[in-house]
Amino acid sequence: MSIQALKGVWWKKVDRSEKLWLGIALAWCLILFAMMPLWHWKGGQNPSFETYRITAADYQAKVEASVQKTKVGEDRGFPVVAPGPGEDVYMLGRLWQWYPVVKLKKGETYRLHLSSLDLVHGFSLFPLNLNFMVLPGYEYVLTVTPTEKGEVYAVCNEFCGIGHHQMVGKIIVE
Amino acid sequence: MSSIATFRTCAQTGLRVDGAAERLIKVHAVAGVLAILFGGIAAVLVLLTRWPAVHLLGPAMYYRALTFHGMNMLIFWIIFFEVAILYFAGPILLGSRVAWPRVGWAGFGLMVAGSLLIDVAILRGGADVMFTSYVPLRAVSYFYLGWILFAVGALIGVCNFFATLVVARAERTYEGSVPLVTFGAAAAAIIAVATLAHGAIIYIPTWLWSLGIVQNLDAGMYRLIWWGLGHSSQQINVTAMVAVWYLLATLTVGAVPLNEKVCRTAFLLYILFINLASAHHLLVDPQLSPAWKVFNTSYAMYLAVLASMVHGMTVPAAVEVAQRKKGLSKGLFEWLAKAPWGNPGFAALALSLALFGFMGGITGVTFGAEQVNIISHNTLRIPGHFHSTVVAGTTLAFMGLTYIVVPLIFRRRVVWPRLATAQIYLFGVGIALFAGGMTTAGSYAVPRRHWDVQFASSFFQPPIEPAAFFFLGVMGIGGLLAGLGGALYVLITVGSVFFGKRVPDTPGAVPLAAMAPESGKHVPISGTMVLVFVFLAAFVIYYFLNWKWLAAIWYVR
Repeated sequence: MSIQALKGVWWKKVDRSEKLWLGIALAWCLILFAMMPLWHWKGGQNPSFETYRITAADYQAKVEASVQKTKVGEDRGFPVVAPGPGEDVYMLGRLWQWYPVVKLKKGETYRLHLSSLDLVHGFSLFPLNLNFMVLPGYEYVLTVTPTEKGEVYAVCNEFCGIGHHQMVGKIIVE
Repeated sequence: MSSIATFRTCAQTGLRVDGAAERLIKVHAVAGVLAILFGGIAAVLVLLTRWPAVHLLGPAMYYRALTFHGMNMLIFWIIFFEVAILYFAGPILLGSRVAWPRVGWAGFGLMVAGSLLIDVAILRGGADVMFTSYVPLRAVSYFYLGWILFAVGALIGVCNFFATLVVARAERTYEGSVPLVTFGAAAAAIIAVATLAHGAIIYIPTWLWSLGIVQNLDAGMYRLIWWGLGHSSQQINVTAMVAVWYLLATLTVGAVPLNEKVCRTAFLLYILFINLASAHHLLVDPQLSPAWKVFNTSYAMYLAVLASMVHGMTVPAAVEVAQRKKGLSKGLFEWLAKAPWGNPGFAALALSLALFGFMGGITGVTFGAEQVNIISHNTLRIPGHFHSTVVAGTTLAFMGLTYIVVPLIFRRRVVWPRLATAQIYLFGVGIALFAGGMTTAGSYAVPRRHWDVQFASSFFQPPIEPAAFFFLGVMGIGGLLAGLGGALYVLITVGSVFFGKRVPDTPGAVPLAAMAPESGKHVPISGTMVLVFVFLAAFVIYYFLNWKWLAAIWYVR
C-alpha cells in the first residue's frame, strides 16, 4: 500500500504482464531514439549544423551588402531581393520586422542566413509551419529548398516586446 | 532550537500528525489556491483575447496578463502546493515531527515575498517579459530578485523535507522502507534541488545585469540554463503528480501497487534522466549542434519516457487489482465500470491519468523529437501540449487531492460534495477541449504568445486557414468551461475551509476506501493491459503522422 512503510522484503519478482509492458515500452523508446539519427541520414528536414558568432553591426553590414547586390524591387518600403540559385540569402530580425523581402525559385537550394540585431526572435514560416529560433550574436545558416510556389510569411513567434505581433515578413517562391 | 512537537492521532487514518506540519501544509495550500485564483483571472483574460471571435484586451494588457498567468500558474500555484505535499509526504506519512518548523516558516515567508515582488512588478508594467524573461529583454530588477527569493524559499522547504526524512529515521517513527508516496515525493524533491539551482545560476547574473553590474549576457547561454529551471520545474510537477496518483488510488479504492520494485525504479529513472527534457526547448536553436540535441533528447531522456509509461501502467493496474479483489472481476472492465466515479478524488485520478497520457505525454514526446520540433516549436502546439500535462494532469490531480486534504487536514467537510465531483469533470472536459483545440490550431502554424493571429496591424497579412479559426473556437469554448471549473474549485475549497462543518474525531467520519487484502490468489490485470495497448497504438499513430507532416514541408538542413 502506497502510504505505509514497507516492512520485510518487497524486492519481489516482477509479474509476467508487467514484464511484457516493460519490454514493449523499452523497445518503443529505442525506436524513438533511432528515428532522429535515421532522419539526419535519410530525411529531408533537419536542424542545421552551421552556425557562427557575429555582432549585430557585422551582420547588418553583411545584409546591406547582399541587398545592394541582389535587389530587384520594393514592397511596402522593404527592398525585394532575388539571389540566384545556390547563393546566400540574408534575412535579419529586428524590432519589429523581418528584412528584406526575399524571392526564391521552387526546387532551387539556397543558404538562408538568419540573425537578430536586438532581442530573441522566432522565425516561423507561415502557413508552411517551419520554425527556427533567431538569437542575437548568432548567425544561423539553413540550407533550404522551397518545394511549392506561392507566398509564405515570416511570422515572429517568440515574444519580443509590445510590437511583437506586427513582426511579419515575406518570402515569395516562383 | 525548535519547540517540542505536539502530535494528534488522526481518527480517520490512524496517522500521527505533527501540529507544526499541519499548519505548514495549511498555509502553503492556501497560498497555492490564491495563486490559482490570480492566475485563473488572468487565464480568462488571455483566453478571451486569443479567441479571435472576442479579442478582448489590447496588446500591452494582453502580454502583461499572459506573463502574470504564466508566473502564477506554472510557478506559484504549483510550487506552493508541492511544498505542501512535501510537508504531508514527509512528516505526516512517516509519523514524524517536522525537522525545523521555524525554518519552514522562514522558507514560506521568502516564497510569499518573492511571489509578491514578481506579481507587483508585472502588474505595475515593469516586467512584460513573459514567464521565460529571455535576455536581452529587460524587466525591473526586483522582478529578478523576486525569482531568487522564491527559489531560495522553495529550496528551504525542500531541505526541510530531507531533514525530516533524517529525523524520522533517527527517531524510528517508522519501520522498514519509506512509503511509496514518500519515495515519489523524495524523487520530486531531488529534482527540485537541481531545478532551483539552475534558477539561482541564471537569475543571480540576470539580476546583476538588470542592475548594470554585469554588462553582457549571452542569449544562447541564458536559454540553455534557464530551461534547466523552466522545464525541470514542470518535471517536479510530473513526479509529484505521479506520487499523488498513487495516493489517490490508495485513498479512493484501496489500491496496492503490484510490485513496488517496478514503481520505485521508475521514480529513480525520473531522478536520473528527466532533467534532460529541458533540451526540448532548444532543438531549433542556433547555439547548439544537432549532435548535442540528439544525444540529450534521445539517449537518456527516453528512459524518463519509459518511466512514465511504467507508471501509466502500474497505477491503473493497482486500481484493477484492488477492485478485482473486492469481487468486481467480471470480464475485462467491470472493475473500471464500477469504480467510484462519484468520488472527486477518483474522478480526478482517472481524468488526470488519461489526459496526461493520451494528450500531454504523446504530444510532448512527439514534439520533443529533434526534427518534429521544426513543425511545432513556438506554435500553439507547445502550450497545447503543456496545458495537457500541467493543467489536465497535475492541476486536476491536485484538485482531487484537495477534496481529501480538506477533511483530513483542515478537518472540515467539503461543502457541496456533489458540486465538487461535477467541478472535476467540468474542468477535465473543458481543459481537454481547450488543449485539443490549441494543439490542433498550432498545427496550422498559429504562433504562441501572439496578440493577433489575424495580423491586422502587421506589415503583411498572411491568409489564415478557416480550420485554424475553428480550432481556436474549440479552444475558446473549452477554456471557458475550464475557467468555470477552476472558479468552482476555488469557491468550494475556500467555502469548505471557512464554512465547512467540523469533522468529528470519530473513526469513519471521513469515508476512506478499505484496503485490498495484500495476500490471496493472483489476480489478472487484463483490463489494464488492453488500456495500455490502446495507448501505445495512439502514440505510434500520432508519432508517425508527425513525421509524415514534417516530410511535406520545404527541405532544410
